[in-house]
Amino acid sequence: MTGLASNLLLFGRVLRGLGLDVSPGRMRDLVVAVDHVGLARRADFRDAARCLLVHRHEDVPLFEAAFDAFWRKPAEGSTHLDLSALGEKRRFRRPRFGLPVAPLPESPPSDEAPQSPPPPPVLVPVLSPSAQEVLRHKDFAEMSAEEIEDVQAFVRQAAVGVDTYRTRRRRPGRRPFVDVRRTLRRSQRHGGEVLTWACLERRAKPRPLVVIADISGSMERYTRVLLLFMYGLAERGASRVEAFVFGTRLTRITRHLRGRDVERALTEVSRAVPDWSGGTRIGESLRAFNFDWGRRVLGRRPLVLVVSDGWERGEPSLLAEEAARLRRSCHRLVWLNPLLGAPDYQPLTQGMKAVLPHVDDFRPVHNLASLEDLGRHLLTLRGGAPGRRPLPSSRSLHA
Amino acid sequence: MFESIDALERAFRDELYVAERGLSTSTFLALKLGRPLFLEGEAGVGKTEVAKVLARALRTELIRLQCYEGLDVHQAVYEWNYSRQMLHVRLLEARGDAPKEAELFGPDFLLERPLLRAIRARGPVPPVLLVDEVDRSDEEFEAFLLEVLSDFQVTIPEIGTVRAERPPVVVVTSNRTRDVHDALKRRCLYHWIDYPSLENELAIVMAKLPDAPERLARQVTAFVQELRRAELYKRPGVAETLDWAAALLALDRRTLDATVVDETLGVILKYQDDLQRVRGPFARSIHDRVQAAT
Repeated sequence: MTGLASNLLLFGRVLRGLGLDVSPGRMRDLVVAVDHVGLARRADFRDAARCLLVHRHEDVPLFEAAFDAFWRKPAEGSTHLDLSALGEKRRFRRPRFGLPVAPLPESPPSDEAPQSPPPPPVLVPVLSPSAQEVLRHKDFAEMSAEEIEDVQAFVRQAAVGVDTYRTRRRRPGRRPFVDVRRTLRRSQRHGGEVLTWACLERRAKPRPLVVIADISGSMERYTRVLLLFMYGLAERGASRVEAFVFGTRLTRITRHLRGRDVERALTEVSRAVPDWSGGTRIGESLRAFNFDWGRRVLGRRPLVLVVSDGWERGEPSLLAEEAARLRRSCHRLVWLNPLLGAPDYQPLTQGMKAVLPHVDDFRPVHNLASLEDLGRHLLTLRGGAPGRRPLPSSRSLHA
Repeated sequence: MFESIDALERAFRDELYVAERGLSTSTFLALKLGRPLFLEGEAGVGKTEVAKVLARALRTELIRLQCYEGLDVHQAVYEWNYSRQMLHVRLLEARGDAPKEAELFGPDFLLERPLLRAIRARGPVPPVLLVDEVDRSDEEFEAFLLEVLSDFQVTIPEIGTVRAERPPVVVVTSNRTRDVHDALKRRCLYHWIDYPSLENELAIVMAKLPDAPERLARQVTAFVQELRRAELYKRPGVAETLDWAAALLALDRRTLDATVVDETLGVILKYQDDLQRVRGPFARSIHDRVQAAT
């Protein structure tokens, strides 16, 4: 039994190494469980180990692979190699943070872009008002690496909130429900006579945000800044943020963002995307979102922000259909397009044309000023924004 | 209790529940280790049914707590019966007596809600507590539930702490409309209920609808299994298979045919987009394949 117990513990350590959340308590349970289940049937042992050591559906395939590699006859060959191969697979699936990461490759446009004033080291306090103004209106794509760094530091701390929604949870307040319990307790002070009614109101919470961002080619830079902005919100508890990125395939990065290092998470994610230059499939990515994630993250009627320039390689009709579906199941669909910052931009690409009838707001995100506008806009949605028609002011921003 | 996984499987079958082996093992271990069982899976795969069947098989009471957003202590644990308290006070006053506070906050005026009922149960076998659709509740309740599930005791200020003599058998279900916090799941044994295999689903239909002709049961099951492979917003669950078979029975159908499929498709597909996609040629092609196979 001691041999088995130590093997079990080793197996637990292997799973933990692969990124599964295995607690010591469950490992102890497994040792007990083996007594109940016995080792006569391999499948039962596997089931027992799975229900104790796995608690996320997405971890099941990894567990199965690790189980097969670990628990087999010695004659079948070395397990060590397979297990390390699994580790590779895992890193591909879900990047981890402890690994050393190479510095970000400079994106070409920023190197070629003319940089007349030398980039100042710190953004806010040191800068003269005019230089600050210049930076505020400079397109992210034209900034140097240092400027981008400053902007990111600034963006993360930007004190912006999100509008709230009323939950069904109640708390003491003014209206509209009577709190009988408190009313009665108060009445005891007056010999059982009810003089005032204690009331309850519905508690408000920041509305959750869902970001679905394009990371293909030229979009990456904007997405990076926007995600930092969102991450800043989540970090201060101003809102709950679910984040997804797509090129040709949709990847959820919410858990990475919780890992406290957006830069590294994004770099890892961009590596994990297999066909980087394959073009953008917005329609299919939105479809994947609607299918696989819609039910899981749209339950609390969040504000959905899609970041993309609308250069669609797939069918525009599919894009329109999925955008319409997405809009029906969220509180408000905001489409952010950095190209909207260009003075002569017209949303003429097929993708953009297909999408426009289905979005509530169409706004630019190309520089700090537009980001600040976005922040203000998120706040003004307070109170439900019942009309749900695209605001004319947001459309005419490029004019 | 059951002495082996096989015994549990037999007991489930006697209650007309066909479980795959993995689910039986998880349930067996949850009972043996005294831990909550956390069941996740698509809608209509029989998560809630597990708790009901388990209660019947254990010959004990099923206590159900349906979760929703804003669920609070007064709905989940206990509440005082205020109207009765007030009435009592008035009656005493009319008789010229003064009410005693201890009396007002005694067992006569306590409304037990599911969690308290499960903790105070004193039957020969601990009850089965079903915490249904926990994903519909909010984080506040989840945190509270975590606390209750770890020591099976609650504190009522007017009475004191109530502790479970023997902890209830707990089954928690989730449809994944949001991610439940890992801390709660970590306390539980986790099992993902998948759609059943063709043989298992057929066995379920035959067990639940003994009047159905075997050929019809076979066709219906095969059709639904095929349909699940298509890209649908909402794939039909086992519940839908059963509904459909029952509907066809009610229409006196002995076999499937293309017309009746189109007419009754609404029983298994609940989204307009899905219906549009499937109705017509697509349904017919599945139907033809099913006919050829059975």
